[in-house]
Amino acid sequence: MISLNINNKTYSLEADADTPLLWVLRDIVGLVGTKYGCGVAQCGACVVHLNGEAVRSCVTKVSRAIGQKVVTIEGLSEKNDHPLQKAWLELDVAQCGYCQAGQIMAAAVLLKENKQPTDADIDIAMAGNICRCGTYLRIREAIHLAADIQQKSKKR
Amino acid sequence: MTHQKTPMNRRSFLKSSTLAGGGLMISFTWLSAFKYDDKLNESDLPQWNELNGYIKITSDNLIKIINPNPEFGQNVMTSFPMIVAEELDVDWEKIVVEMGPHDSVKLGPQFTGGSNSVRMYWKPLRQAGATARRMLMQAAAQTWSVPVEEVTTEAGMLYHKKSGKSGTYGQFASTASGIPVPKEIKLKDPKEFKIVRNSKKNVEGAKIVSGQPLFGLDYKHEGMLIAMIEHPPAFGMKLKSFDASQSLKMPGIKNVFRLELYPEGFEQGGFDTRTFNDLLVVLGNTTWEVMQARKKLVVTWEPKGDTVDTMGSRNGKKAVNVPGRLESTSAQLSEMKQYADKPAQQLRKDGDPETAFKNAAQIIERTYNAPFLAHNCLEPMNFFAHVTEEKALLVGPLQAPGWTEPTLSKILNLPAEKIEIQMTRMGGGFGRRAYGHYLVEAALISRQAKAPVKLVYSREDDMTYGIYRPMYTATYRAALDADKNLLALHIRGGGIPENAIHPNRFPAGAIDNYLAEGWQIPSNITIGAFRAPRSNFNAAAEQSFLDELAEAMGKDPIELRLELLKRAKENPVGKNNEYDADRYAGVLKLVKEKSGWNSPTDKKYKRGVAAYFCHNSYVAHVADMVERDGQPYVERVFSAVDCGIVVNPDAATNMVQGAVIDGIGNALYGELTHKEGAAVQKNFSQYRIIRFHEAPKKIEVHFVQNDIDPTGLGEPPFPPVFGAVANALYKSTGKRFYDQPFITKLNELSKS
Repeated sequence: MISLNINNKTYSLEADADTPLLWVLRDIVGLVGTKYGCGVAQCGACVVHLNGEAVRSCVTKVSRAIGQKVVTIEGLSEKNDHPLQKAWLELDVAQCGYCQAGQIMAAAVLLKENKQPTDADIDIAMAGNICRCGTYLRIREAIHLAADIQQKSKKR
Repeated sequence: MTHQKTPMNRRSFLKSSTLAGGGLMISFTWLSAFKYDDKLNESDLPQWNELNGYIKITSDNLIKIINPNPEFGQNVMTSFPMIVAEELDVDWEKIVVEMGPHDSVKLGPQFTGGSNSVRMYWKPLRQAGATARRMLMQAAAQTWSVPVEEVTTEAGMLYHKKSGKSGTYGQFASTASGIPVPKEIKLKDPKEFKIVRNSKKNVEGAKIVSGQPLFGLDYKHEGMLIAMIEHPPAFGMKLKSFDASQSLKMPGIKNVFRLELYPEGFEQGGFDTRTFNDLLVVLGNTTWEVMQARKKLVVTWEPKGDTVDTMGSRNGKKAVNVPGRLESTSAQLSEMKQYADKPAQQLRKDGDPETAFKNAAQIIERTYNAPFLAHNCLEPMNFFAHVTEEKALLVGPLQAPGWTEPTLSKILNLPAEKIEIQMTRMGGGFGRRAYGHYLVEAALISRQAKAPVKLVYSREDDMTYGIYRPMYTATYRAALDADKNLLALHIRGGGIPENAIHPNRFPAGAIDNYLAEGWQIPSNITIGAFRAPRSNFNAAAEQSFLDELAEAMGKDPIELRLELLKRAKENPVGKNNEYDADRYAGVLKLVKEKSGWNSPTDKKYKRGVAAYFCHNSYVAHVADMVERDGQPYVERVFSAVDCGIVVNPDAATNMVQGAVIDGIGNALYGELTHKEGAAVQKNFSQYRIIRFHEAPKKIEVHFVQNDIDPTGLGEPPFPPVFGAVANALYKSTGKRFYDQPFITKLNELSKS
């Protein structure tokens, strides 16, 4: 039995210590917002936060998450009102939508560390996230918009 | 899935999404699997009055619009209901949208592909909205005892202005549902549109950004097992024997067994493509456990030799020989070269091209090549199936339920009405999910396992399975006279296992002496529709060739195309020319204007132009390239699109931008090669997909404004990107790029 803190909730579950966090989330916990795309840390669809850091959950053993704080797309905000989520909706970023949870989770760490990222900062930070539909321009724009939303809410 | 846009609480959301008899996307098991705590009470369920297959209204004026077509990112979940809502005359902010069940009687062909969704449903959806509106007006007229001509509507309300009477659609929905559907109905003039042509947000946007279950891979069912298939490591191989004893000892593993996809001699429909017929199935509790158990399988594969596919067609069965040899890319290329030198099947001939070439002062001949491409939908192939002796439930991502259902019916020996197919949102499609083998596999596995099963392909399974964009080649030859006039054009195209030639497309019709020929080499590597099939290669070859021709003729590349189109319009050569020369010229003129082609404001850009017609639409791009870190980079693109009426402009713009990025990515990097029958690229570490920093900074999309009924959009912007990139690369490097992916030559150039 292992115990995990996911989105500020404690889960007790049975899983082999080597199981990637991705499959524990999806198949055992039942949080399916985190996506499987490649299984080898190449596409970024599975990005979650481990103690605030972006990790590829497809290659992160669940043992690494024990006693740590895991945040998935479902727990990014309480009312789906994270600046990035707002910006994504405002700019209607998604096409098929499959990669977007991973994109948002990767962008959330960028925005936390860099309040006003430039295009170049975004290109570097997001280089590990594939969007097969090609929504990169809108994602880039949405990250800038989210930075502005974040800035404004701080000033209030 | 249901989308609530009214400010109702979740309980009322559930109520509206779970009525009986509606053929609902969201089932009770689905809900319980995701721990919804609301317990549903039968008496709480709203009573829906069905006006037709697309429209349901409750007495308290909850209006639901059913989307018939599978959604894979083309935005039909939003654009289709917009079309219905327009003619129905309802408040867009107050409707509920739901994915329909597979029901071709009520909901039409339900096919997502060929850029057909809006084209195919434009009239039926408008008629559905307009007839329902008329029925509601009649119901109100009857109730109020007034002439129906005096009843008006606005945003879900009915009015009789003279008497001051009014009521909601809901109040009259029950009466309206009993009124015969009017046979003829006047549709709105496009000038009156209030919803269509006004950008509306994706109705599933909030679910996407919050990670709610939407996709096939997210689907859960009580007692569901996970299945994966170990397919042969190479095309042309089959299963000889296996030892699963170690796998079966692994935790969570239920069974390992062998299954046959199609029985010997099974008559395959056009989309029943069979790549591997032997299925070695591993069944277990969770995906990871099954993945681990697969590694412990001891399997022996053997060459399967030549086989025969029995293909059904309108003219009866046809035996298709599938060679057994194990193919390698180098051998494929040299074989294609041999074929390219021989005369091939004539597909179109105008005038006397032989004499024209004999008399030519100059002949320009160029050969273009393109590799197999994998679709690489980010959500790998998967499907849920629960098959019993009596019935079958299938849930997951697919583009063409109507094509797969007859196959399932034959294979499972169940009548079609006992097969329920539910379509989830798809994590990409690009043509790949029109091929329903993975539904058949899931169904057979479930029947054998006597359990609900979700079949999951790993990325590697998905990429190495086949159903690729074919490998193509084409040689273009032009004859010029001493004054650099174009006398003749000869195109000879081939491929594995099909050629890409569209003999009746531009520039056919614009050249007096024209010859198009095609050939193909059979193969066991399976192919399938890939975003703008054939066009995606033709536009690369033809549009690069025209660029080179313009240069040889001393003309501007846009002007050469416009001259040819003028000829095709005023004095067309031959018959069956598929394109409209005016619309074609229209996008070229628009992109010329918007990009400032003749007077560029920023001289740093090396520019390439291309245009193409497919799926009844016209697109032209100008790709602007700069040098960045010693490599050419497409920094900016201008796109001009004529797809008739644009239903949802912002989403349409998004799709064109995506097609441009997809085109740049595939032109530069896309490549699936083979060695001894095996796909060399197995995951994204080897198969390069375009990433953030490689995407342009700006893609400016301009739509031609007209009132033509909508034509295709998902595919048409994709093919001309290849040509625009190749032509910009020439301006940037001084070298012509004939072979895709272009990165190979770019790497060679940067070395030397």
